[in-house]
Amino acid sequence: MAEFSTPTTAQEFAQNFAQLKPNMSRTEALYESSRCLFCFDAPCITACPSGIDIPQFIRQINSGNVTGSARTIYEANYFGNACGKVCPTEVLCEGSCVYNLQDVKPIEIGRLQSYATTQAITENKKLFTPGPANGKRVAVIGAGPAGISAACELRALGYEVTVFEAKAQPSGLTVYGVAPYKITNEEALAEMTYLQGQFGYEVRYHAPITGRADLAALEAEYDAIFLGIGLGKTTQLGLPGEEKINCVGAVEFIEELRQRQQQMQVGRTVIVFGGGNTAMDAASEAARLGAESVVLAYRRGKEEMGAYDFEYELAKAVGMKGLFNVAPLEIVGDDYVAGVRFIRTVIEDGRVREVPGSEFVQACDMVIKATGQAKQTHFLHHIPGLELDGRGRIVADAAGQTTNPQYFTSGDARNGGAEVVNAAAEAKVAARGIHAFLSK
Amino acid sequence: MPDLSINFAGITSPNPFWLASAPPTNSGYQVMKAFDAGWGGAVWKTLGVPVINVSSRYGGVSYRDKRLVGFNNIELISDRPLTDNLREISEVKKRFPDHAVIASLMVQSRQEWHDIVRQSQDAGADGFELNFGCPHGMCERGMGSAVGQEPNVLQMIVEWVMEVAQKPVIVKLTPNISDITEPAQAARRGGADAISLINTIQSIVGVDLDRFAPYPIVDGQGTNGGYCGPAVKPIALNMVKNCAQHPDVRLPISGIGGIENWRDAVEHILLGASSVQVCTAAMHFGFGIIRELVSGLEQYMVEKNFNTIYDFVGKALPNVRHWEDLNMKYQVKAHIHEEKCIGCQLCYTACEDGAHQAIRLQAGTRTPAIIEENCVGCNLCSLVCPVDDCITMDRHDDGTQHLTWKERTTANTIPTEFNDEKAGGRHHWVPEPAAALGKERHKTLPGKARALGIL
Ligand SMILES: Cc1cc2nc3c(=O)[nH]c(=O)nc-3n(C[C@H](O)[C@H](O)[C@H](O)COP(=O)(O)OP(=O)(O)OC[C@H]3O[C@@H](n4cnc5c(N)ncnc54)[C@H](O)[C@@H]3O)c2cc1C
Ligand SMILES: Cc1cc2nc3c(=O)[nH]c(=O)nc-3n(C[C@H](O)[C@H](O)[C@H](O)COP(=O)(O)O)c2cc1C
Ligand code: SF4
Ligand code: SF4
Ligand code: SF4
Repeated sequence: MAEFSTPTTAQEFAQNFAQLKPNMSRTEALYESSRCLFCFDAPCITACPSGIDIPQFIRQINSGNVTGSARTIYEANYFGNACGKVCPTEVLCEGSCVYNLQDVKPIEIGRLQSYATTQAITENKKLFTPGPANGKRVAVIGAGPAGISAACELRALGYEVTVFEAKAQPSGLTVYGVAPYKITNEEALAEMTYLQGQFGYEVRYHAPITGRADLAALEAEYDAIFLGIGLGKTTQLGLPGEEKINCVGAVEFIEELRQRQQQMQVGRTVIVFGGGNTAMDAASEAARLGAESVVLAYRRGKEEMGAYDFEYELAKAVGMKGLFNVAPLEIVGDDYVAGVRFIRTVIEDGRVREVPGSEFVQACDMVIKATGQAKQTHFLHHIPGLELDGRGRIVADAAGQTTNPQYFTSGDARNGGAEVVNAAAEAKVAARGIHAFLSK
Repeated sequence: MPDLSINFAGITSPNPFWLASAPPTNSGYQVMKAFDAGWGGAVWKTLGVPVINVSSRYGGVSYRDKRLVGFNNIELISDRPLTDNLREISEVKKRFPDHAVIASLMVQSRQEWHDIVRQSQDAGADGFELNFGCPHGMCERGMGSAVGQEPNVLQMIVEWVMEVAQKPVIVKLTPNISDITEPAQAARRGGADAISLINTIQSIVGVDLDRFAPYPIVDGQGTNGGYCGPAVKPIALNMVKNCAQHPDVRLPISGIGGIENWRDAVEHILLGASSVQVCTAAMHFGFGIIRELVSGLEQYMVEKNFNTIYDFVGKALPNVRHWEDLNMKYQVKAHIHEEKCIGCQLCYTACEDGAHQAIRLQAGTRTPAIIEENCVGCNLCSLVCPVDDCITMDRHDDGTQHLTWKERTTANTIPTEFNDEKAGGRHHWVPEPAAALGKERHKTLPGKARALGIL
């Protein structure tokens, strides 16, 4: 493989992780926006989880009203810039553009969306102001897409908002989890600075809300509390040897990568467990960090992988090899990972069955587990009356209200893990839900 | 291979494509280069009295991502010394004896006209084009369109020219007049050999929204200019047709206006032009476009079995009639070919808001359906549909009946009440006005946000 040499400088890192959806120039935006048909009741709008009026914002770009275009986008989705870059547009708006039916390239909606919003952010265009103060206060836990979107909407409605964030930076997984070739740290954070400038909510960093005492203080001080806490760490598999050095969770691996960039270490020979989008991201990222071989190990067949086709193709294109129908039994090695003992599997009646006597060891010096994120159930149990469903997701009604009426929620913590756009759209609804509740 | 050569009122040229009098024909250098590239003729940039130009001279009209769909200029006639131009004309003629070099002229007095005609004749020009068209700068000095708009003055000047001209004289007409055939007839009365049209149309191509001034801007201000380029073709075609059909014009026509590709040229020819001139397209893309013009024209002639240009000059004219001669019994209706439809619903919204509410949406599919009783056969939906041949206009009458407005007038059966079959007869169906309310409003808010009632 070694398609990528290990990046040692910021420039090399930027090359290896070159943006999949680079920013458009004005000319490109003009050409692309010219192609949009301005469909009636456009299917792209229906396909967008945040329902952005896509033909409208594209038409605004085309007529030179880029600021108005950014307003159209932000009115529906406060993560408009990030979403243009990180959304799986192939299965959302662009996937439903009518041009597909004519076998013509669909409109590059995502890139146009980022074009308009980038301009508003760079020029710090004033699009929104906080609503007149209504004297009520809301605490938001988590400065991810859900939390920040809720904060913006609540500020627009006149609430005083304080956001409590465990980490040092806002935007949640947008800056800590999404692949660096989708959005740069600077871009993710620039949108956060822009939004905070528009809406003026307070964010307290390094401020994890950890237990009953913290929660009780919030409950006393705030009229409502919004839970935008997302998901937790990578789930433990319970395999022998899982604690060995260089056996890491994908979410943790990516978080470190996004912060350390070219200083990040990767193994020479990497095995990634999993078949979802995070597994594809981790494999791609390992390859771009200069790993010599990257093998994806999945318990089932290729067709059963949860990852989007285009994510799989992207990882394959940078050299990832697939190892299908295998289950890991043990991580082998002394202190360090030296390989994985696998057993072959077959699928019978939809179930994975191990094939006796088919064990083998595949050598490697790093294992990345992309086998799902745990729910934050331990923390959530501190909230009185808060119900979780069978899969650990917070139960809430259409307005985002949980079974403890003071608490509202949306995003990954509630939907179990979706995309940035879902968190942003649902948080807007929940903020309206809080408003309805507190206006009673 | 078909024969593209022409004999236009006595001026011969290897093909009908001439460069119009404008910047591309400003010098011998350019004209030689153009002939070398394949152009058949060139009307030299207008020669005449000394002028001074301003800086910032052109303005353009963009349509979405397409630049220069319309073009305007505030330039005057040649600003190069007459002697230089004349010397270069003779050099070009020496090098290209079979190509057409036409001297475009614009002066004021009889003496001046005599002098300049003789001088260009001596330089070897194959003919003259009298520029009675320039709509800015020269008209204030009593030339250009000031002449083109006064048929009597035009005729007088043509007569002066004919007194000395030994080569064919073409009169170039301005479109800035209500009836183009009047100056055309005046040209004929004056003895001209041919006409050419159109020159540019008085225009303001745009206004700078920040500087509050029209384009092109000269030190913060601007003036009306002359409009040309693809956008003017429809106007040019109509005027060419008017001159070609007029019984008192009967002069060869050099068609000008919006010609950019072979199709545009063929359209001019089908409406009566027997040579065509190009300016904007050459200014935009250079002389190289001649290859496409020639190859397209040749291919068309091969396919249609035309041996010479004259096989189809004016061929569409018999089918260009007055409205009162059209068959009112002819009836087409829209038909959507579902297998081609991509579901943009532009046809629906166009007919719903802009025509006759003859298209409806259907449950379970994005493909709309035609309500045939309501369709008047206006074509709108088929024009907005982005897919080729997806909406066709199919004939519904049986083709046996023919009735024109003129026939009704003659038979004295002009209607005295509103009873147009195509509009549903006496009781033309339209929705009740109040049915409009609430129909559209929800479409203008972002989709999901709207559905969720959060905006
Ligand atoms: C590896 C990976 C790649 C992804 N790639 C994409 C992609 O390409 N495109 C896409 O659209 N989506 C992607 N996603 C999904 C997307 O990132 C999430 O759906 C989205 O970020 C969810 O937003 P959220 O606000 O609900 O949660 P998060 O983004 O997880 O934000 C939660 C925030 O809350 C903070 N927090 C949590 N608990 C506490 C607490 N107790 N006290 C204080 N703060 C707390 C966290 O530190 C974090 O900042 C990806 C996810 C992963 C894991
Ligand atoms: C910059 C410019 C200068 C022109 N100068 C002249 C001129 O000197 N004499 C003339 O007869 N027509 C002049 N014209 C008009 C053109 O010859 C031609 O009639 C007109 O542009 C329409 O053709 P088109 O649509 O191919 O451009 C000029 C046009 C332009 C754009
Ligand atoms: S479906 Fe495609 S063409 Fe139609 S409005 Fe949306 S982006 Fe434009
Ligand atoms: S032809 Fe005109 S009236 Fe008929 S369906 Fe199309 S737009 Fe409507
Ligand atoms: S305009 Fe054409 S493609 Fe679009 S919905 Fe109508 S028939 Fe279909």
